[in-house]
Amino acid sequence: MVMMSGGVDSSVAAALLQQAGRDVVGVTMKLWGGPSDTGCCAVSDVDDARRVADRLGIEHHVFNFGDDFERDVVGPYVEDHAAGRTPNPCIECNRHLKFDRLLRRADALGFATVATGHHARVVVTADGPRLGRGADAAKDQSYVLHVLDQDVLGRLVLPLGAMTKADVRALAADLDLRTAHKPESQDVCFITNEHGRETFLGDRIPLRRGRVVDQEGVEVGSVPAIEMVTIGQRKRLGLAGGTDPRYVVDVDTATSTVTVGEKADLTVDHTPLESWTWIGRPVDGEVMLQCSAHGVAEPGRVVDGRVEWTTGHRKIAPGQSVVAYVDDLVLGGGTATS
Amino acid sequence: MGSDRGALEIYLDHAASTPVRPEASEAWLAASATHHANPTGAHKAARDARRALDDARDLVADALGRPPAEVVFTSGGSEADNLAIRGVLGSRGGIAVCSAGEHHAVLEPVEHAGGATVRLDAGGQVTPAALAEVLDRLDDVSVVSLIAVNNETGAVNDLPALAATVREHAPGALVHTDAVQAVSWIDLAAATEDVDLVSITGHKLGGPIGTGALFVRAGVTLDAQILGGGQERGRRAGTPDVAGAVAFAAAVTVTVERRPAEVARLGAMRDRLIAGLQESLGDVVTATVARPDDYTTVAAGVAHIMLADVEAEALLFLLDQEGVRASAASSCSSGAQDPSHVLAAMGIDREVAEGSLRLSLGWSSTDADIDAALEIIPRAVTHLRAHGGG
Repeated sequence: MVMMSGGVDSSVAAALLQQAGRDVVGVTMKLWGGPSDTGCCAVSDVDDARRVADRLGIEHHVFNFGDDFERDVVGPYVEDHAAGRTPNPCIECNRHLKFDRLLRRADALGFATVATGHHARVVVTADGPRLGRGADAAKDQSYVLHVLDQDVLGRLVLPLGAMTKADVRALAADLDLRTAHKPESQDVCFITNEHGRETFLGDRIPLRRGRVVDQEGVEVGSVPAIEMVTIGQRKRLGLAGGTDPRYVVDVDTATSTVTVGEKADLTVDHTPLESWTWIGRPVDGEVMLQCSAHGVAEPGRVVDGRVEWTTGHRKIAPGQSVVAYVDDLVLGGGTATS
Repeated sequence: MGSDRGALEIYLDHAASTPVRPEASEAWLAASATHHANPTGAHKAARDARRALDDARDLVADALGRPPAEVVFTSGGSEADNLAIRGVLGSRGGIAVCSAGEHHAVLEPVEHAGGATVRLDAGGQVTPAALAEVLDRLDDVSVVSLIAVNNETGAVNDLPALAATVREHAPGALVHTDAVQAVSWIDLAAATEDVDLVSITGHKLGGPIGTGALFVRAGVTLDAQILGGGQERGRRAGTPDVAGAVAFAAAVTVTVERRPAEVARLGAMRDRLIAGLQESLGDVVTATVARPDDYTTVAAGVAHIMLADVEAEALLFLLDQEGVRASAASSCSSGAQDPSHVLAAMGIDREVAEGSLRLSLGWSSTDADIDAALEIIPRAVTHLRAHGGG
């Protein structure tokens, strides 16, 4: 089973597997019934996936996991924002939908392996299968896939791991796939450009005005919706000009208070974690830790439920994932807390 | 997995669309070869086409026991439903009422216009009491739309009793029925004697997809939804599809002629299918509304069942691999299975509804289809139940 989102990557993944003589069935998940302009779930994306499958001569099916998506991704996304956290819904979708719900469906239907068009690799090591970075550093998606355990990795095929995005597009064009020049989808699939995140959240939870205070507690500005504020933010805080740039260093939804400080106030020597999972054996020593999808990994150790940074690190918004690497292999990951 | 290994097709999705009857395809081929002219023209070729169109209109009208002037040919059920609801609202204003278990082609126009819905009972039917309750709390109801035979469950509404309820509780309102599933299964002429507007479609009875009609009782005025050259007495503009109408009429005629015999034949097959599934799967299977030998309150050709601990979407995939074509709730435009609003309107829990399967029979169904289904379906259900339900 190859998961086809309707984008160029999964189109080419399906094509490569078919060329390799695999018996391939394409599956697109319908996750979101509301408006969408960038994501995986729009009818036009399903059309693209189906027409690519038609072109390749493979079967294509659509599975509706809308209820699961609402429960496991959209609901927690809204709750996280309400609690002043900064969630990454794509990681939760990978965790709960692509690599759990759909995998269980694949099991039940008798599929031995599952493939996706992610830019990452499955590397076989003495410690079992490991997730590795994709060859195209700019497109590497290992960060958002760090939630995969070795059971999943053992059944996962990532045909694009050794390719660059340019390779993928060139192959798609060679094969005359209609998705060859389709733009990337990068935003959250259930939030439209037209209405934005604030409208989406405002339809589901009350958005509360927040006070903006400095380190001494003096009120210096305000925000219309504290649920929209994230650590490190420096714009839309209602601050008077004329000072050095000030950044959000703390968000307290209980008192509707945003604290701002100077850039130096954002630097921390450790980051608390609320969960951490090693893939395989725990690692004691220094590892490289990455805190956003395409961020730079920095050295530190994971001990006693927190990251101890080797040289200090910019504060991480609660809810963001921290992923540990050695060389290009994912060792484990967890979620930052406050 | 992957390639469709079943060369044989066991088609159990006639309620979605049934194969075109040979009588209809022969009629279509002959008419399309003969009638090349626009039937609204004045010359001989046009007059010939016009005659073929009006002959088709006579046949369709006869089959439903109505005058030919009442027949407005449409592109199918959805257009007929929209013309009925929106046409009445446009012409008279007021409020539209329908059941909560209507096909979306009725539900959407009613809800779009801010109308009201009537709940279904546990058997999937609208009761006169539930209808009266809604009508009594509304002023100015202009149209009440109640499906004749439900497309998912096969439940048959008691249209004469419901029409009488409308006359009593909303005397000014028109009564419409979406009868696209009904022609094969009930005496629609008798059931709709007191109904003002009736939608039917070709592809549920062996006519071509893209054909259908709305019957509009004499004296009822509608706002046309397609404006143009004034065809169909100003009720539906556009060059009439002569060959389509001829084929549709042939299919309607054959369907109505053979209905009593087909109800007995297919009803017995449906009963054997449900009984056989219950025998092999036990209480995993519940017939949602059908009871053996009852072909008047539930359409004879519809076996709607609910399977405990099985996800219909996964089951449909496995059945498809074995050549069994079936469906669950209504499919959305992407091809995924959407949760059923009909089962929800009956008060059936959403999780239970996820195990719903509609097996529907039609004119080309054979005993061999039932034999194959009774072999394949229990095997697939048992497999899925052993693998977490899918």
